[in-house]
Amino acid sequence: SETGLCRDTNLGKDTKTILQHGRSPRTQWPPSFLNGRSLEPPRLFLCVSKTGVPSVLQIQVIEDDRANKSSEPFTTGVKGQTPPLVTTNFQVKDQGNASPRFIRCTAYNIPCTADMAKQSQVPLAAVIKPLAMLPPDETRPYIVDHGEAGPIRCNRCKAYMCPYMQFIEGGRRFQCGFCSCLTDVPPHYFQHLDHSGKRVDCCDRPELSLGSYEFVATVDYCKNNKLPQPPSFIFFIDVSYNAVKSGMVNIVCQELKTLLDYLPRENPEADSVVRVGFVTYNKVLHFYNVKSSLAQPQMMVVSDVSDMFLPLLDGFLVNVNDSRMVIESLLDQIPEMFADTRETETVFGPVIQAGLEALKAADCAGKLFLFHSSLPIAEAPGKLKNREDKKLVGTDKEKSLFQPQSGFYSNLSKECVAQGCCVDLFLFPNQYVDVATLGVVPVSTGGSVYKYTYFQAEVDRERFLNDLRRDVQKPMGFDAVMRVRTSTGIRATDFFGSFFMSNTTDVELAGLDCDKTVTVEFRHDDKLSEDTGALMQCAVLYTSCSGQRRLRVHNMAVNCCSQLADLYRNCETDTIINFFSKYAYRSLLNTPTKTVRDTLVNQCAQILACYRKNCASPSSAGQLILPECMKLLPVYLNCVLKSDVLQPGADVSVDDRAYLRQLLSCMDVSESHVFFYPRLLPLVKLDGGSLPMAVRNSEERLSKGGVYLLETGLHLFLWVGANAQQELLSNIFGTPTFSQIDPNLTSLPELDNPFSQRLREIINSFRSQRSRYMKLMVVKQEDKAELIFKHFLCEDKSASGGASYVDFLCHMHKEIRQLLS
Amino acid sequence: MATFPEFIAQNEERDGVRFSWNVWPSSRLEATRMVVPVASLFTPLKERPELPPIQYEPVLCSRVTCRAVLNPLCQVDYRAKLWACNFCYQRNQFPPTYAGISDVNQPAELLPQFSTIEYVVQRGPLMPLVFLYVVDTCMEDEDLQALKESLQMSLSLLPPTALVGLITFGRMIQVHELGCEGISKSYVFRGTKDLNAKQLQEMLGLTKPTAAQAGRGPQAPQAPLSNRFLQPVQKIDMNLTDLLGELQRDPWPVTQGKRPLRSLGSAMSIAVGLLECTFPNTGARIMTFIGGPATQGPGMVVGDELKAPIRSWHDIEKDNAKFMKKGTKHYEALASRASTNGHIIDIYACALDQTGLLEMKCCSNHTGGYMVMADSFTTSLFKQTFQRVFTKDVSGAFKMAFAGTLEIKTSREIKISGAIGPCVSLNAKGPCVSENEIGTGGTSQWKICGLDHNTTLAVYFEVVNQHNAPIPQGGRGAVQYVTQYQHSSGQKRIRVTTTARNWADAGTQIQSIAASFDQEASAILMARLAVYRAETEEGPDVLRWLDRQLIRLCQKFGDYHKDDPNSFRFSETFSLYPQFMFHLRRSPFLQVFNNSPDESSYYRHQFMRQDLTQSLIMIQPILYAYSFNGPPECVSTVVCSGPALLSVQISTVDFNTLQTDSVVHISLKRPVLLDSSSILPDRILLMDTFFQILIYHGETVSQWRKAGYQELPEYENFRHLLQAPVDDAQEILHSRFPMPRYIDTEHGGSQARFLLSKVNPSQTHNNMYAWGQESGAPILTDDVSLQVFMDHLKKLAVSSAA
Repeated sequence: SETGLCRDTNLGKDTKTILQHGRSPRTQWPPSFLNGRSLEPPRLFLCVSKTGVPSVLQIQVIEDDRANKSSEPFTTGVKGQTPPLVTTNFQVKDQGNASPRFIRCTAYNIPCTADMAKQSQVPLAAVIKPLAMLPPDETRPYIVDHGEAGPIRCNRCKAYMCPYMQFIEGGRRFQCGFCSCLTDVPPHYFQHLDHSGKRVDCCDRPELSLGSYEFVATVDYCKNNKLPQPPSFIFFIDVSYNAVKSGMVNIVCQELKTLLDYLPRENPEADSVVRVGFVTYNKVLHFYNVKSSLAQPQMMVVSDVSDMFLPLLDGFLVNVNDSRMVIESLLDQIPEMFADTRETETVFGPVIQAGLEALKAADCAGKLFLFHSSLPIAEAPGKLKNREDKKLVGTDKEKSLFQPQSGFYSNLSKECVAQGCCVDLFLFPNQYVDVATLGVVPVSTGGSVYKYTYFQAEVDRERFLNDLRRDVQKPMGFDAVMRVRTSTGIRATDFFGSFFMSNTTDVELAGLDCDKTVTVEFRHDDKLSEDTGALMQCAVLYTSCSGQRRLRVHNMAVNCCSQLADLYRNCETDTIINFFSKYAYRSLLNTPTKTVRDTLVNQCAQILACYRKNCASPSSAGQLILPECMKLLPVYLNCVLKSDVLQPGADVSVDDRAYLRQLLSCMDVSESHVFFYPRLLPLVKLDGGSLPMAVRNSEERLSKGGVYLLETGLHLFLWVGANAQQELLSNIFGTPTFSQIDPNLTSLPELDNPFSQRLREIINSFRSQRSRYMKLMVVKQEDKAELIFKHFLCEDKSASGGASYVDFLCHMHKEIRQLLS
Repeated sequence: MATFPEFIAQNEERDGVRFSWNVWPSSRLEATRMVVPVASLFTPLKERPELPPIQYEPVLCSRVTCRAVLNPLCQVDYRAKLWACNFCYQRNQFPPTYAGISDVNQPAELLPQFSTIEYVVQRGPLMPLVFLYVVDTCMEDEDLQALKESLQMSLSLLPPTALVGLITFGRMIQVHELGCEGISKSYVFRGTKDLNAKQLQEMLGLTKPTAAQAGRGPQAPQAPLSNRFLQPVQKIDMNLTDLLGELQRDPWPVTQGKRPLRSLGSAMSIAVGLLECTFPNTGARIMTFIGGPATQGPGMVVGDELKAPIRSWHDIEKDNAKFMKKGTKHYEALASRASTNGHIIDIYACALDQTGLLEMKCCSNHTGGYMVMADSFTTSLFKQTFQRVFTKDVSGAFKMAFAGTLEIKTSREIKISGAIGPCVSLNAKGPCVSENEIGTGGTSQWKICGLDHNTTLAVYFEVVNQHNAPIPQGGRGAVQYVTQYQHSSGQKRIRVTTTARNWADAGTQIQSIAASFDQEASAILMARLAVYRAETEEGPDVLRWLDRQLIRLCQKFGDYHKDDPNSFRFSETFSLYPQFMFHLRRSPFLQVFNNSPDESSYYRHQFMRQDLTQSLIMIQPILYAYSFNGPPECVSTVVCSGPALLSVQISTVDFNTLQTDSVVHISLKRPVLLDSSSILPDRILLMDTFFQILIYHGETVSQWRKAGYQELPEYENFRHLLQAPVDDAQEILHSRFPMPRYIDTEHGGSQARFLLSKVNPSQTHNNMYAWGQESGAPILTDDVSLQVFMDHLKKLAVSSAA
């Protein structure tokens, strides 16, 4: 066939890309592929249709999945089935396993033995998003209260009551599905069993019938055996010269006035119980007393930053409604007060220390919002120096750029986590600020870092405010501990994400919001059985925004297989890529970048070679045979390898890379998917509710006469071809002339035509799907800005030396062949 | 020639000087035999409303080592326009401005009635007055409210140009920025840390006054210096009033069994540092208001555990006061920084328990600041006293003066041993300085940061003239006191007092020396020495020293036959002196029993700065009696001649005789002996100890009062009797600073102990002769009475073995 697809009846769907001997204009290999190898030009080239087979596959796979799986709800009752792709719209019915919105696994059939797992090299991991938001048509996890004695748990492994607990002896005892231990059923929880051995109340109890639910935690689950206080939000606004001048201070203060009405709450009717506090700072800190009884706010300056302390107790953290007048007066005055500041130096460490002290004093958990502009060079703990050195890029010392400058912030984050103090950092840098170091505390406390380089009020206001609004409002838990329990045979061995671990099993999260994921890698420590499969239970103990202590439990059962083919048939490439990228990005801290990249390539080659060797029917060596589930592995892998973090272009700063590195560590699968392989939509007929079919990310695919929308998860580009139809331009921009299009547009004009309306709808819907607001850039063909846009055309050769997809595929094929021979 | 008492009174009136001897022994050897050294009590700013300040500057002796000021004692050659310095004999040209001088046209400073004269220095800018309030917020709401009101009131008493600042403290210390609109700002510091001036300057973002501002030279009056923390009252009056109004109790929680954390030591350090950075060498008052002891940080005097009480004298003797030494050191360092810059530290301590005055005393003592001790800020004792700090004189200027220095110049025959009073040494060596130090010695200049009209220094001299070097006929020993200070108007002023005394050869003219003895001044001068020693030495040692001095004085100037105590006679000029010593020995200045360390420090503080009259009251309280008429009571002063002097004619009114129709007059108040025999049932007593004004109702009077006779119209006279001491007490209460504690008690009342502890215990349970008689009240004490004391003294004085 033209697509090069053929069927292997034994092994299900396989992808065979036929690579034949021959000559091609593309025999120039990117230099990076020649490392230590023969300089002899490879004799393989793609001899398929001009468009390149594999890319059609990328789009095809997504479209197929969408077509096949979005109509029926995905039910989680069947063990071991691969969920629809993240790009597919589907509904989930919880029938005993956690929804893929909470947990996605790299493989849903996991090898029975460690040897088999090792042989395949397929990573066994789960990407868990414990507090994920569900679409409106899916019910959020039910809350279960087991009374004063707390949730029912296995006596030995302490797993929580779940559908995999087997009740025996007429319901008087249950056997743990994880460790097989027998536990007596407490009298108040006793229930008779029916003829099939199931409890009669099975269907009435979420913990016996669903994959995800919540327990109300008792006082035993609380710090110091004391029920928690409602959390607090503290806003720290940098008021140094740069921050004021960029307009940030003004915008933040303006916005907070309305934003404070949208603090998170569980009951939309009630007022939020989250208390708020305000601090401004440059090289000293200004705390504000906004007690409701005051006629005007009071400012308290702490200039002894070497030894931070909280200067006031009463009136610092207040209820918004009580103190509204004082707070508004304060927010009105802050921009005025510092309008003429000439202070350019800032501190950073003491700011976090101050927030920590405040939460300690109030004996509550909470979140700090830091709006910060510059490298903290003022004399204070945590003072930093400019160490950006582009010469280190590409050398073995490159890793030092990603490591924090000092241990100060690591120690500080330890204290923050102990208190449940989550730090969100909004950066507005004009130059190097050392994100690698500044990000340590946010990353370790479950916080987020947002970065607005060269912030300009007019241009970046929308993006920043939307991010801020979402960040303030989003549902989250505080002072959380996550524990992943597994059935005997496998064990959670490694964790990735924004958190802190003081031992090997407990993931401590000062804050955990609905967008954060924790990726867990599993390894065998014994044999698994095909009969029982494997179980995992992820339990997150947290304080809700209303101050209630809760336990969220997600259960997941997968099949175990003794045949490699089963493994390869039930993998999920997007999740594998998510895991690989996180693994690679973390390795950068300790390993030279080149080694990291080589390791990635090598592991993928082994995965594919193992398949070829063990599962595929014999075929000629010139054929590249990919498992059906992994046929996109090479294209995605290439994107990971070419990403700014692993292969930076000359214009990518160390801060940008550190920022992206941290950002990726807690991305879920759908975000990482679009992050590595952006979505490129040709804007042709935009009628009906459906989106136009995406095209592959390659310049070849852009037509001079078209307009394209590209979504990367962080940015939106509207590429306008030089010969775009006048009608199209009129519909979008209100002008038929290419030259009259303003390249500085950040939002499209609201025109009264169906095309414009639909386009804006699409943009809005894209934005609403992402945790961060995507700024829209209009890119005119052959404009300077086109370089930035082209950077995201990931199937093409990149300016920084990244291989084109086809080249990479050839390389991959060669690697596989080498492994096989 | 006037009598010595007249001479002494006249000198005191005119110059504010009283010498122990008014004729001086002419040799070192003889002087040492006089027991009481040649010394003076000097009140630099003695109130002289009739003395007009002179609008030019003093003329100085041109000799660099002398620089004495032209005075009436100088010899002047009007024709040659020359004057001879009476201290160093240097002949000096008059300055050109004195060209018109002649024996009929003399400048004021040459006229004898201007032996004390005040010059106004015209150079230099007018300095603003600076008042920095340092306010404790760890106190009960009621106290804080009262304190806030007092502070707000005080703003109205300040001149509009005065600069004020506010520091509040509790667990944290807040330095308030003044005059902020819309939002009130303060800089907050941790109370556990001591910051030096440089750190503070950085943290507060302060800049020192530029050289031009601080420099000398004629300058147009400029806008007063100010900064964010210290601003003119007129500008921030409202703002500060509001700020004070909003002041809250320290919000940090205090757990059961703990004291609030009070960062007093750091707060004072910051106050001192703030002024040090902004107004060095300018008059400034740091007014510290405290409701309890410092419990954390530098200068803490007690831990925050309530179960560990604050140190007592007992702890100190046992070396068990673990914070005392370190705390004292902290405050001493602060006192030294403040005094170097001419800043005053006042302490207003209002608490029922001790607040650490013992440790902090140097802050007030070294800077001339006030120390006020009361039970609560709600008491009138505090309110009135604080208000009285801002009293103004007839010209409308504050009675307080700032940043003073006292320089003393002497004739060649005497040198300065030292001074005792609220001053610190400026370490100015010179030809007038003796090697024998008494008090703060080794210098001829002292700094007195805070002065008022009563501030009195004791200055001790040493006669250095050798025995074989006769003093020329008619030669006089002269002393010149030059006091430079900042007047409350901002002017710099110099007050010069020049005084001289005759020399006499003790061998031949001992009688005239003895006749010149000023026993009151001497008693105070010796008392200051004793109290000064008591601060560092063991109590019994000081008492022994004091006794020895008294015995030696008796031996030297008494008239007696050896070994015959009955023959001992003292001349009139010495007659009261032993009695003063008797009461001094019993006074809280030397006895710590029954007083907390804080109280002792407080009493000593007052004693060391008050003038002679007040000091005498402190040593020997005054007792007045009020009763219905009878023959006026005869009161005689105590002379050393035996029990006869103790007998006082008593008149009593029988309870039964008090009837409506009997005409009973209230006698005028009569001073009575400070003796237990003065305590009679039908009397009301009024005792003034300086620190307390006590009204004591005798047994009968108090019964009448309880019966309510004063309410009845027919017993109006009784009402008058009750009212009379109250009125008199009010009069004292109104004029005294600090305001005394007012006690109204009666026979058997618990507060009567104040009276019983002061009176001479002539009747005790040990000498039963007075029991059952109506001749006074026995005191339950083992203390010796004056009579026993005198008997012993006489015995020892006449003893040939001594």
